[in-house]
Amino acid sequence: MSTGNMNLTLKVWRQKNNKTKGALVDYKLSGISPDMSFLEMFDVLNEDLITKGEEPVVFDHDCREGICGMCSMFINGRPHGPKDLVTTCQLHMRSFKDGDTIVVEPWRAAAFPVVKDLTVDRSAFDRVIAAGGFISVNTGNAQDANNLPIPKMKADAAFEAAACIGCGACVATCKNASAMLFVSAKISQLALLPQGQPERYRRVQSMVAQMDAEGFGNCTNTGACEAECPKGISLENIALMNRDFASAKFVSEETV
Amino acid sequence: MSDINSNIPEGELTSKWTKYKSSVPLVNPSNKRTIEVIIVGSGLAGASAAATLAEMGYKVKCFCFQDSPRRAHSIAAQGGINAAKNYQNDGDSTYRLFYDTIKGGDYRAREANVHRLAEVSANIIDQCVAQGVPLAREYGGLLDNRSFGGTQVQRTFYAAGQTGQQLLLGAYSALERQIGMGKVEMYTRHEMLEVVKIDGKARGIIARNLITGEIERHFGHAVVLGTGGYGNVFYLSTNAMGSNVTAAWKAHKQGAYFANPCYTQIHPTCIPVSGDHQSKLTLMSESLRNDGRIWVPKKKDDNRKASEIPEDERDYYLERRYPAFGNLVPRDVASRAAKERCDAGYGVGASKLAVYLDFKANTERYGRIEASKSGIHNPDKETCMRLGTAVIKEKYGNLFDMYAQITGENPYETPMRIYPAVHYTMGGLWVDYNLMTSVPGLYCTGEANFSDHGANRLGASALMQGLADGYFVLPYTIGAYLSKEISVKAIPTDHPAFVEAEERAKGILNKLINIKGTKSVDHFHKRLGHIMWEKCGMARNEKGLKEAIEEIRALRAEFWSNVRVPGLAEELNPELEKAGRVADFIELGELMCIDALNRNESCGGHFREEYQTEEGEALRDDENFAYVAAWEFKEGVNFELHKEELKFENIKVAQRSYK
Repeated sequence: MSTGNMNLTLKVWRQKNNKTKGALVDYKLSGISPDMSFLEMFDVLNEDLITKGEEPVVFDHDCREGICGMCSMFINGRPHGPKDLVTTCQLHMRSFKDGDTIVVEPWRAAAFPVVKDLTVDRSAFDRVIAAGGFISVNTGNAQDANNLPIPKMKADAAFEAAACIGCGACVATCKNASAMLFVSAKISQLALLPQGQPERYRRVQSMVAQMDAEGFGNCTNTGACEAECPKGISLENIALMNRDFASAKFVSEETV
Repeated sequence: MSDINSNIPEGELTSKWTKYKSSVPLVNPSNKRTIEVIIVGSGLAGASAAATLAEMGYKVKCFCFQDSPRRAHSIAAQGGINAAKNYQNDGDSTYRLFYDTIKGGDYRAREANVHRLAEVSANIIDQCVAQGVPLAREYGGLLDNRSFGGTQVQRTFYAAGQTGQQLLLGAYSALERQIGMGKVEMYTRHEMLEVVKIDGKARGIIARNLITGEIERHFGHAVVLGTGGYGNVFYLSTNAMGSNVTAAWKAHKQGAYFANPCYTQIHPTCIPVSGDHQSKLTLMSESLRNDGRIWVPKKKDDNRKASEIPEDERDYYLERRYPAFGNLVPRDVASRAAKERCDAGYGVGASKLAVYLDFKANTERYGRIEASKSGIHNPDKETCMRLGTAVIKEKYGNLFDMYAQITGENPYETPMRIYPAVHYTMGGLWVDYNLMTSVPGLYCTGEANFSDHGANRLGASALMQGLADGYFVLPYTIGAYLSKEISVKAIPTDHPAFVEAEERAKGILNKLINIKGTKSVDHFHKRLGHIMWEKCGMARNEKGLKEAIEEIRALRAEFWSNVRVPGLAEELNPELEKAGRVADFIELGELMCIDALNRNESCGGHFREEYQTEEGEALRDDENFAYVAAWEFKEGVNFELHKEELKFENIKVAQRSYK
């Protein structure tokens, strides 16, 4: 069993709701174990606050194993903190040093308004998917799965794009709050597969239109999204999306 | 012996479902447009049902407590999904999947339901591939399979270690498509707090908007709960932090029977607890047992590093005890065997509550194959390990990364340390063949119901059941009920039943806020978890269960007099959400112990120490306990037992053996 001996200073964004202003508030923590996850460290903070009669910090989290995409803390200026390819819930305190000061803020983007403290509203992502991030096949319409062989390379590439967890780190880190990595990951996944071809050009137009309507910014190719993505989603997806978008506007007969 | 009717259709087992489908009453398209269905939960079972019912033309409202339906905990399932496709030409069939599932469940599941599940399993794979779910493929472009526990065929389809994620995103995209078309109204960050019953039928729900705290009333001609399992009653489990029993428990209190609550699955391969701060446990997929060998030192209290223990001083206890299935015995068997070794003093790691899962032998084997493919004959060990590691990485890379991240150890170099942890609950709301609970118009799907896995679920069968229920079963069976409801107009939500249900929900919230005690919700949850794990966990006995019941009752009294819930009910307040859920877990915990005490036998995940064979295997009592225990909630917190006899007409009931 690990014993905790780390002392930390936290500067945490506190904001009552979307109508009030927020501010960073300082908290001192001691007895933190390096084996704790970052969120377990927040559990300790909240337990302290509750015992003292104060309001605990509200933050989004659920599976705590890096796959649901719910956790979303901006830690020392980086979404999901200092380690590459992990979500906040999989970040452990051994990545920090005794005596560190850690600044924790919510995702910041016009399309992701703060709900309370570190919790933001990411429903814009759902609306982008609803605009076209699917293959239109009703239940019961499917043929035998092996009637449609798909080259392994293509299937693997589609899987890599599909690994996106929809956390929004790409938006949070982008200076333009662009959602192009998220949107292009879904577009690529379906564009790489034969099942996705019938709606390919319709999809890219609808999803991009919705992305713009939600107020996400444009891409200026800085690549921060790829660098910060906890699932390593590649910038190449954005290139594919741009190609398909151009093709859709100039080549495809179907415009949306 | 049965005093409840499971409504299983007459006829041959193999034709029941086909006949049912072709004779079930239908609802015509114009009527579907006016019929409203409420679905609570957006995991595999909920999202697939919501999408499919909307495609069929019903008006659907879907609720989830997360910020998006894509985050439901189905997303965390790693290993795979079973289907009787027989693509591997290894002798699989619908019957074999049915047989394995009944046997895996230790003969405590319903034959008709399980056969139906096996029948539709193949359709699920077809549907998911059509949606663009990127399942793993071979170089020929066809789908790949792997093995899971409790079977001798390769029928598990997968997407690396993220199968649940990919299947859920498939169902989610189908759901979002219907949302975009205006056919499903989605309510995220909403929690169901009550079922509304009118004239005995489920007619809606009371839900709390978690952002504003507002209490809302929603009408539906029928209500479907796809709200997942109750493993978090143990506090530490592989479930998500938000996974809870509240929706199912509120339904239970409104008359839905709760069946076999003591059947819980303790998964053998999880990352061990590292300290008191631990908030959840992380699974290492069962698929790892395809290539990992489980062992402990032969010597007691051996403190040497794994690498320093020579081959002949290692005890591969699963291979020793179960030569036919080896490391791929079902979960309950593997978990108990790990506990047995650790209790006997052979555990490893600092806590001694762990065993090794070692990939070295198979890494080397893969390396040899790779070397031979590239024309290297007689490769040295280093080359084999290097080439083999690449293969292991491709198969399980994300799992190995997760292990390294959590433990700070490199599993490519040292064996993983693993220990059993609570993972899945086979018990749940009692449902008939139609997936309807004992409340007319109230349905329950996926892990939240009890129906298909008996006393132990086989690996890769949860995803199968969730999607079977949502895509292929409920959409038919609910029609049988709704076809009789076509003349019912939408009931206005100022009906007294809605008012009364809302008062009940508000009453509980206000009570929780106003206790203003001294201990946090987590404090009580941890204590409950401790009682459950120690006395109603991997092994149970009469004395412990009786003590547990008393301790839980005392805990309940203390909770309701001393819990501290900060903040208000009229705002986003996660402590209040947790408090309501823990209050329900406390009542459920008591029922689990009562059920475990009532079942004087061992079967599957339910192991009563008094009932075991000389070799330490579960000893069933088919004469007295071949029944589903369906509990009815009574005033106060009391429970009355109803029994549904299990009839095995197509399978010969035998002692389960994996030797």
